[in-house]
Amino acid sequence: MPRPLADQVRAIAAQYPESRSAVMPALRIAQERHGGWLPPEAFEEVGEALELTPAYCKGVATFYDMFHLAPVGRRLVEVCTNICCGLRGAQEVLSAFERALGVQPGETTPDGEFTLRAVECIGGCGWPTVVAIDDRHRLNVTAGDVPQIVQELRHE
Amino acid sequence: MSDVIVLAGADERDLTQLGEYRALGGYAQLERVRGMAPADVIGELNAANLRGRGGAFFATGRKMQFIPGAEQNPNPHYVCVNADESEPGTFKDREIMNRVPHRLIEGSLIAAHAIDSQHVFIYIRGEYLDAFETLRAALDEARKAELFDGVTIVLHRGAGAYICGEESGLLESLEGHRGQARSRPPYPAISGLYASPTLINNVETIATIPKILELGGAEYAKIGAPPDSTGTRLFCLSGNVVKGGNYELPMGITIREVIYDLAGGIPDGRALKAVIPGGSSMPILTAGQIDVPLEHDALRALDTFLGAAAVIVVDDRACMVQLGLRVAQFYMHESCGKCTPCREGTRWMVQLLEAIEAGEATHSQLDLLLDVCDRILGKCLCPLGDAAAMPVASYVVKFRDEFRAHIDQGGCPFGGESSLDGLFAPVDQHTHHPVVEEGVPA
Repeated sequence: MPRPLADQVRAIAAQYPESRSAVMPALRIAQERHGGWLPPEAFEEVGEALELTPAYCKGVATFYDMFHLAPVGRRLVEVCTNICCGLRGAQEVLSAFERALGVQPGETTPDGEFTLRAVECIGGCGWPTVVAIDDRHRLNVTAGDVPQIVQELRHE
Repeated sequence: MSDVIVLAGADERDLTQLGEYRALGGYAQLERVRGMAPADVIGELNAANLRGRGGAFFATGRKMQFIPGAEQNPNPHYVCVNADESEPGTFKDREIMNRVPHRLIEGSLIAAHAIDSQHVFIYIRGEYLDAFETLRAALDEARKAELFDGVTIVLHRGAGAYICGEESGLLESLEGHRGQARSRPPYPAISGLYASPTLINNVETIATIPKILELGGAEYAKIGAPPDSTGTRLFCLSGNVVKGGNYELPMGITIREVIYDLAGGIPDGRALKAVIPGGSSMPILTAGQIDVPLEHDALRALDTFLGAAAVIVVDDRACMVQLGLRVAQFYMHESCGKCTPCREGTRWMVQLLEAIEAGEATHSQLDLLLDVCDRILGKCLCPLGDAAAMPVASYVVKFRDEFRAHIDQGGCPFGGESSLDGLFAPVDQHTHHPVVEEGVPA
């Protein structure tokens, strides 16, 4: 039996002078517990733990790019398409993922395995193209690497 | 004396380990400083002329002096370390946290002593999972070794918002709000986190402090390009350059030396077209301006800034209209939406740049683009609006013929051959709806 979310959240909130500061860590925990996204009940749970309204919690979540308000695939593939990666072929890498997965950026494969996203700079500009897979960064990715990466991810 | 300061020792030793860091004299300055008066610690930083490494170049010691004493404001005083590095082109703080986390922790504890604070928050960008884990492990080790002496350090993860690297957005986010910029004054030193006196500094700034105390402020001030640009920077090299990465070097080295002597020049036999000296928000320099030293005053004379020392190299395959469009799309995506010039202005910039790139704009719309930039500059609650307007206006001014060619030719003169052609921007995927498990559009 995992520790209840409210207990976990209150322990984190105790680190801050005001418990509201724990809303982001709490949303992250809720997202992990709900399979990578925040369904409406997640805002109820976080709100209850921190004595905030669910609407407030949702309002915070919508501000941040790493909180997902719709279901995501088992694996989250995010390709940086900002200028530093862009100058070095990021669009080709993104297109290669589109072909390999059969979806457009922002979409999830029908089998629920992969969500593909284009993302703004994730801070690996010296090693383009940077691809985040479930928040782990792969550096120096080229379009030619993509089929093998997808193959690996399917079997992990 | 070696001119590597922040990353000193990291090539020879695994400085993520407390024992290794201590073997190099790590935490010795913290111990020494705890026996010093806070004013004397600040005096050393002023003697060093340490300036903020996050981009604003504000004097760190002076910032500390703005913090009122306990007799003036009895609220708790806070130190916030800004580890929300998000400016495109910048990846130096990540390397500091990954390789010398204890130097950052030691610097944070010294800063806390200097402003008489018992509470440190490190706000780390959510995308830096590796640095978060490294720093968390180092904090655990330092805490177990009883180095905190009553000070608490909370490591707080962001969740993907560029604006939270702006100090007031960071404080809002840390308080559990949407990360929207605050109107200033009051400044954080007077009323920052939880409306209390707050010192907020960038990772590299804080991680420089232990070495300044080790060398002595006056000695440190001899490194680099005194009197203003003292010390080293971690220059982040990216774009069309053979060996991208971080290079810690004294300020004052020229762009030419960095690109050609250290980073291996331009790949694929291409020609240099332009260089952005400080991250995507900074005005651009042409290939003819690269003999400028990378230091504050020399770059100011060329109407640009060192910013976060992110040197982005652009070769002759890049269309400057596409570069401007992609930069504008980023800042439009990241605008917090609170103030009108930024929220609306960045959208206007994107629309005009899209029309120019498509060959559907008139010459008067090119003037309108500059006018929109002018109506953003200096008129926003925080620097994000300027961060969009400054670079794009500079691209128009310095590459006006290329912008005009789009209009005169009714399309992009690169004809689909630009390195940035068709580059997808995340702002465009908000119109897509994900597919739910059953395969039915949500």
